[in-house]
Amino acid sequence: MSTTLVLVQVLNGLQLGILLFLVAAGLTLVFGVMDVINLAHGVQYMLGAYLMVTASAVTGSFWLGLPLALAAALVLGLVLEWLVIRPLYGRDHLEQVLATFGVILFVNEGVKLVWGAGPRAIPMPEALSGSIRLMDGLNYPVYRLALVAAGLAVAGLLYVLVTRTRAGMLVRAGASNAPMVSALGVDIGALFAKVFAFGAMLAAFAGAMAGPILSVEPGMGDGLLILAFVVIVIGGIGSIRGAFVAALLVGLIDTLGRSFLTDLLKLVLSASAATQAGPALASMTVYLLMAGILIFRPRGLFPAPA
Amino acid sequence: MTRFAQTLGLPLVLFLLLAAAPLWADTFTLSLLARAMIFALAAISLDLILGGAGLVSFGHAALMGIGAYGVGILMAEGVSEALIAFPVAMAAAGLFALATGALSLKTRGVYFIMITLAFGQMAFFVAQSLSAYGGDDGLSLAARSLVAGERWLRGPLAFHYTVLGLLAAGALLCGALLAAPFGRVLRAAKDNERRVRALGLDPYPYRLVAYGIAGALAGLSGALFANLTEFVSPAFLSWHRSGELIVMVVAGGMAAAALKAGGLGRPGSALLGALLVVLLEEALSDLTEHWRIVFGPLLVLLVLAGGKRARGGRT
Repeated sequence: MSTTLVLVQVLNGLQLGILLFLVAAGLTLVFGVMDVINLAHGVQYMLGAYLMVTASAVTGSFWLGLPLALAAALVLGLVLEWLVIRPLYGRDHLEQVLATFGVILFVNEGVKLVWGAGPRAIPMPEALSGSIRLMDGLNYPVYRLALVAAGLAVAGLLYVLVTRTRAGMLVRAGASNAPMVSALGVDIGALFAKVFAFGAMLAAFAGAMAGPILSVEPGMGDGLLILAFVVIVIGGIGSIRGAFVAALLVGLIDTLGRSFLTDLLKLVLSASAATQAGPALASMTVYLLMAGILIFRPRGLFPAPA
Repeated sequence: MTRFAQTLGLPLVLFLLLAAAPLWADTFTLSLLARAMIFALAAISLDLILGGAGLVSFGHAALMGIGAYGVGILMAEGVSEALIAFPVAMAAAGLFALATGALSLKTRGVYFIMITLAFGQMAFFVAQSLSAYGGDDGLSLAARSLVAGERWLRGPLAFHYTVLGLLAAGALLCGALLAAPFGRVLRAAKDNERRVRALGLDPYPYRLVAYGIAGALAGLSGALFANLTEFVSPAFLSWHRSGELIVMVVAGGMAAAALKAGGLGRPGSALLGALLVVLLEEALSDLTEHWRIVFGPLLVLLVLAGGKRARGGRT
């Protein structure tokens, strides 16, 4: 377990954390503002990646493709809100879960029909395709660093947007008392639609950015969606700040657990027992973390004011 | 008459049809029906907590999968006796339900959904990492379980009636629990928790016991499912299957309510839902391998068209 290996895994963990944050931010906003649980958020991440496959192939460029894919994801988000989510406002959570589950089945299958069942790749942009030397014996791909930087930039932008702008003020007001905001003359339906589509675009951004380093395939958003739920439960529903902290925490713990837990167990267990128990335990770490936090902070680390 | 129809009419008709099925069904249909009945057992156990207690649990497939793995692992270790393996599978799933339920039942609403989903996914990943038992590829069973040392479950007819008998027992148990004072507390707490507390009753232990029982029954259905397919794999625990089980329960509630013969929180309705969904999936997948592209929008329409009233929630 050398220092370089640990550093590489920390960076990998940060990447997962950033992707998780981009997905969880939209999810937590949609829940906080509209009280809607949207299981289809994971397929929006996947759609982002697939749209990017097509957009970058058509334009022949990563940089031209990205805004096109994001615009398409925004439009699809608006369509989904209008068709499925809008009728679900104020309905109970069971109905929201079922309807958005139906959307998942449809989109996962639709993606197979349009793009094929096999994995697809997004070419890495030329400018970011090399790797740089961080320290002796440690070369790290530039693209992955750029991913972390882009994610952090979006997080900063989101913070400013939510806390310093009029739109953000309305979102926060909507989260604490939507009927009151509506009574004050704000078109709450339009606000909801914008928040939903914006969340969809954030998830699509995560998918598009992850495309070049992961394989783009049907169902790729499912696993991430559930980790994003863990993030939201840990961070506190409706809290962007909580989502950020929890996403990094979950990303780091999951990545480091998978890489080092087996070796750590070898210190206390026999080698064969450790190789048996290590992977099983490593896949449980984030859920155990969630369980532990729930015992002490049932409403998450940063509970949104009720 | 209406009261009779609401409580016993529907399950009676369905059970009679299932009992008579071997008279006309071929082997393939019988195995399809066995699959439907096994899912019905899981759906009925889910309905105990979803319809009865109003708790939307999204980790039910994991409980089923734990039961299936219980049978599979025991058989890989040389224990193929159902009289040992099935109780062990039920105990394992019940204990997992109690442990995760103890935590998740402290939370409400959307937190509960997300947390049960997360614990279910945890079980899925653990199953995936069990490299000694097939890992991602799953585990083939050498044969079906023995009953008191006999290869009894091999015959499709015997298997059909075994599953039917256990399903009937599970439905009776859940129906009786929901009708008993125990079930009244669950239902009352679903409608108005504050009033139940004001009466001096804490709903938490009631919900936890219901969750544990539901877990054990789901474990039993998983043990049967492992025997039907003679195979277990992590896919048994996937959260899509949990979603399908919820669909069965809710669709069954809506269909039964439309027939004025039940609703959510009635075992007969969950049974109807499981039969409908499994048969519909089979019919759609005969038409196209992309049957989900039809099934998904159907589900959305079902939800958007039917309101709370259409689900016929039992009060």
